[in-house]
Amino acid sequence: MRNVMLEPILDPNKDAGSSRDAISFGQRAEPGLNTRHGTILTLEGISVSFDGFKALNNLNLYIGVGELRCIIGPNGAGKTTMMDVITGKTRPSEGQAWFGETLDLRQMSEVQIAQAGIGRKFQKPTVFEALSVFENLELAQKTDKSVWASLRAKLTGEQKDRIGEVLDTIRLTHSAQRPAGLLSHGQKQFLEIGMLLMQDPQLLLLDEPVAGMTDAETEFTAELFKSLAGKHSLMVVEHDMGFVGAIADHVTVLHQGSVLAEGSLEQVQADERVIEVYLGR
Amino acid sequence: MNQPLMLTATQKAGPKVTAWVGGLVLLVLLAMPLLSLLPADNSFQVSAYTLTLVGKILCYAIVALALDLVWGYAGLLSLGHGLFFALGGYAMGMYLMRQASGDELPAFMTFLSWTELPWYWVGTEHFWWAMCLVVLAPGLLALVFGFFAFRSRIKGVYFSIMTQALTFAGMLLFFRNETGFGGNNGFTNFRSILGFGITEPGTRAVLFFATVMLLVISLFLGWRLARSKFGRVLTALRDAENRLMFCGYDPRGFKLFVWVLSAVLCGLAGALYVPQVGIINPGEMSPTNSIEAAVWVALGGRGTLIGPLLGAGVVNGMKSWFTVAFPEYWLFFLGALFIIVTLYLPKGVIGLLKKKDEQ
Repeated sequence: MRNVMLEPILDPNKDAGSSRDAISFGQRAEPGLNTRHGTILTLEGISVSFDGFKALNNLNLYIGVGELRCIIGPNGAGKTTMMDVITGKTRPSEGQAWFGETLDLRQMSEVQIAQAGIGRKFQKPTVFEALSVFENLELAQKTDKSVWASLRAKLTGEQKDRIGEVLDTIRLTHSAQRPAGLLSHGQKQFLEIGMLLMQDPQLLLLDEPVAGMTDAETEFTAELFKSLAGKHSLMVVEHDMGFVGAIADHVTVLHQGSVLAEGSLEQVQADERVIEVYLGR
Repeated sequence: MNQPLMLTATQKAGPKVTAWVGGLVLLVLLAMPLLSLLPADNSFQVSAYTLTLVGKILCYAIVALALDLVWGYAGLLSLGHGLFFALGGYAMGMYLMRQASGDELPAFMTFLSWTELPWYWVGTEHFWWAMCLVVLAPGLLALVFGFFAFRSRIKGVYFSIMTQALTFAGMLLFFRNETGFGGNNGFTNFRSILGFGITEPGTRAVLFFATVMLLVISLFLGWRLARSKFGRVLTALRDAENRLMFCGYDPRGFKLFVWVLSAVLCGLAGALYVPQVGIINPGEMSPTNSIEAAVWVALGGRGTLIGPLLGAGVVNGMKSWFTVAFPEYWLFFLGALFIIVTLYLPKGVIGLLKKKDEQ
């Protein structure tokens, strides 16, 4: 059997911390994430068990700087658990998790991880329903997020422009003042993506971003993600194979908590084991 | 009472008229202490009874507003705010007891044949230190309780039950004579505050005025908070705490800040309540009092600033009438009121008014 485990895409010329003059307004901006070896995320030997059930089993995954990686896998393969480990919601019982070369994700709280530059979109779109679209973006904005700063915070012209830009990007300019709770499902998805953009993270984790979107919206999202790759690193969990085919140059298949196959979409789709897992033969 | 009048007036009103009505109510409230100084045969004279009653309700309104800050905005339902109110009241009461007893020990200590003041009574003969205690006692308790509760991510009904238990524990502690706060009877028989007789019309008028001021300041503070980014973070916290964390906000600090602020406001309200009403006892910490405060907020409309004030005014206004007219039925009525609000007015009286506006 052919081994489709590939080396992570390495691009040592690209340094996420310094090459991107990210718009940063607060002191929380990371002082240059160390991505010397071109890897923004390193998961090695990660295991997570819930009451004896191994949700993740010796998982190894590397995401390169500026890469757009799609994660696929049948239900219960551990995709969401993996995102929980990366964002600090679940602690692995074994293994290493590094953001860049120096940040140990196992030692950091959810808030610290978010501030360090990992953004996450949930499977079910989660926005602040009582607040307007504009206010949702305002809260997500990368800035000093301490209590004192929030008490005195006032939007600068620059920040308003940035919110305007993102509103344009996610095509919600006309709904800026509407309460987010009144948006359609697809619009909420876009708003949440917009909030991630405001956060300006270096690594975006997107859990089923096109679920519940129309075909046109899905197509637009694909365009958007492709334009983000390079500037940001993206990790997309998705079931929609058409969407995966449209965006991914690199696909990882998870099965029973570990990596089953890795490569281009054609490669993994041709893989015997992947077919077996998906079709249950 | 001017509440029923205000209700019908705001029903027909747009926001501008509401502001007018608000201004009018404020004017009436500011005029009341002055009118109370008129000679008794003047037809405009406000009786000491009315002044005390309204002053008491205003103190409750401040509690309702403080509770709404944590419940309506941050989604933390506290069923123990009566404790903070009572602590502020007790701190003020300590000063009043020392004023009343002069150089002697307060009377209840003499009855227990204590010969010296417990350490925590030291300095309470000074008004300024008593004022510090009014802020520090509820503030520190809220800080410590909040720190551990929010650190352990206690939320929802568990949080409510814990606050309820806290106030119950406080009540049991203060019921004991050995605690040194007058046990069952609490503090009463006050004589003077800052050298002025506590029952003198002038003193009453000033206390009433101070209560109105505290209410206005609390309202202004709440308004500023609600409009700031901090207020929006609280709303976000209420609706989707996880999302907020993944946006990079630490919810603990935000909760703690608003929680302590709310407790301190309650303590200040309690400190103004005690000299006006003339008594403080552990009954103020009973869980039903705190639940009643939640009823005011729910009835008025949580998540708004005016709603809780309306709720506190309406419920207490009715209570003072009802308990005179049909004393046996008040609790049934209160229960029925709460059921009706829960079933038919999820946004409270304010929601009703707003709905009328839209039609």
